[in-house]
Amino acid sequence: MVHRFPSSKVSGGFLDQIFVWTKQQVLSVFTDAPEWVVQIVSSLINIAAVLGTFLTLFALISVLERKILGRIQNRYGPNRVGPFGLFQPVADGIKMLIKEDIVPFRADQVVHFLAPIMMVLPAILALGVIPYGRNMTAFAIDGGILFFFAVGSMTELAVFMAGWGSNNKFSMLGAMRAIAQMVSYELPLIITVLPVVMIVGSLSPDAIVAAQGGYAHGLVPRWFVFTPWGGAAFILFFISGLVESNRTPFDVPEGESEIVAGHMTEYSGFKYATFFMAEYFGMFAISGLAVTLFLGGWHAPIRFLEVVPSYVWFFAKLSALLFVFIWIRGTLPRTRVDQVMNFAWKFVLPMAFTCIISAAVWHYQAHGLAGWLGSFAVVAVVYLSLSYVLDTRKKFAPRVYRFAE
Amino acid sequence: MSHAAFIAIAVLTLAAALAAASLSKLIHAALCLALVFIGVAAFYFLLGAEFVGLVQVFVYVGAVAVLIVFTILLTRRESERPAPFKWGGAIVAVAVFVSLLWTILKTSTLPAVAPAVTPLTVKHIGDSLMTAYVWPLQCVGLILTAALIGSLVLVIEEKP
Repeated sequence: MVHRFPSSKVSGGFLDQIFVWTKQQVLSVFTDAPEWVVQIVSSLINIAAVLGTFLTLFALISVLERKILGRIQNRYGPNRVGPFGLFQPVADGIKMLIKEDIVPFRADQVVHFLAPIMMVLPAILALGVIPYGRNMTAFAIDGGILFFFAVGSMTELAVFMAGWGSNNKFSMLGAMRAIAQMVSYELPLIITVLPVVMIVGSLSPDAIVAAQGGYAHGLVPRWFVFTPWGGAAFILFFISGLVESNRTPFDVPEGESEIVAGHMTEYSGFKYATFFMAEYFGMFAISGLAVTLFLGGWHAPIRFLEVVPSYVWFFAKLSALLFVFIWIRGTLPRTRVDQVMNFAWKFVLPMAFTCIISAAVWHYQAHGLAGWLGSFAVVAVVYLSLSYVLDTRKKFAPRVYRFAE
Repeated sequence: MSHAAFIAIAVLTLAAALAAASLSKLIHAALCLALVFIGVAAFYFLLGAEFVGLVQVFVYVGAVAVLIVFTILLTRRESERPAPFKWGGAIVAVAVFVSLLWTILKTSTLPAVAPAVTPLTVKHIGDSLMTAYVWPLQCVGLILTAALIGSLVLVIEEKP
């Protein structure tokens, strides 16, 4: 029983393909040039497009995050520079650039210098393989998903370099915490991707997006998040993504009440800004991959909305996920180190394995209603029994104060 | 184009390898070794073996390099002291080099034109792993599980 996915249309409207068309116009200047010149120019255009887009998004999100956090905490947020405080990133950038760059005397100078660069590099590389719209993948390779995680695994080395190079005990402790939780959550992150790869039968992000095109019963989009295994995997993937990008509630590596700022303690000025940028780029990359894998990539949610260009849909979904990131940061307190680790190995990992079995049930029932129910049952049974087993049965009583009454 | 890329990658990889073998600070040497691993991955990419290249980065840079770096961090007290020249290491290195050279020289010359190979996709690899090589795969899985449990047994705290 081989289930074929409907292949998506390659062509789109003019507005949909305007960026692809522009690139082709630029490349048509080089028709007489040798092959390798065209290749290099084409790559440079892609790199410039990805970097430009995400640097703009970074500037925008840095001010929006402070605005949203302000709204959550019942205050205004930045509102002095420009209309609605929108030019705040410019002011921040100038401030960061003219700050003194302090390198500790006993630091490992070379490693200390290279760490921020090594940190931002994998995040930018990972952004390359995500399809941003119809025919809009900067670096379309067959093993795109694998590439994403391969370059992502280089981040751990960069964090270590920052911690070691600073020659500061807080830096080193922060780096070890960061690496421990990154290694722990890399496993569920990759395992939750497996069901999607198995169902689609490809590691290429473009193929995965194409497999989610079309509408079941002409109404519900065929995004994987609407299947039981996909929904569970999406939530687990999102949690693991929170950990991988060191965001609240899993920002123990930079818990300022315990270890100053973790591996970023000895960084100031523009190097600190680079770390900040790497964190946000990592967040964009993880969210972009979540959109690609589970939320249908650049596909429209309703058929008649397909006239809206594909990249608009992608960035709308990406913005929604980024908003959830900020929302969680404004709402939840920080977890403890042991809680983060226990959660990874005792709950997230078994649930991630369940998603694979659940996806198999769904697949062998021909993606129909029976498969949907069976798949849902698998996830529900494992979830309920896990929560029964892991329940510590602690009774929570009102706190009794001995002296401060 | 690919010749220039080959030379660039080769020079970079060899320089990193030399640095890894000769730098006095162990952490620097380990980081250079990670660079060597990336260079080897770049070679795989250049040869069209995309999957192998990605796995090389994944396993060697993401796991082995981090392991080496942590081993140095957790075992060394004074990593600054330059180590004295060791004859044993030199003999092993020369022996490995000679045996490699011997194997290379013994290999009959390859035809100048490479035979046409169908591009190996992830799908093919998955198919052959699940059919022809399913037993080796299971054995590797068993060994890795045993290693995992063994490491847990070594570090687990015994209750008094």
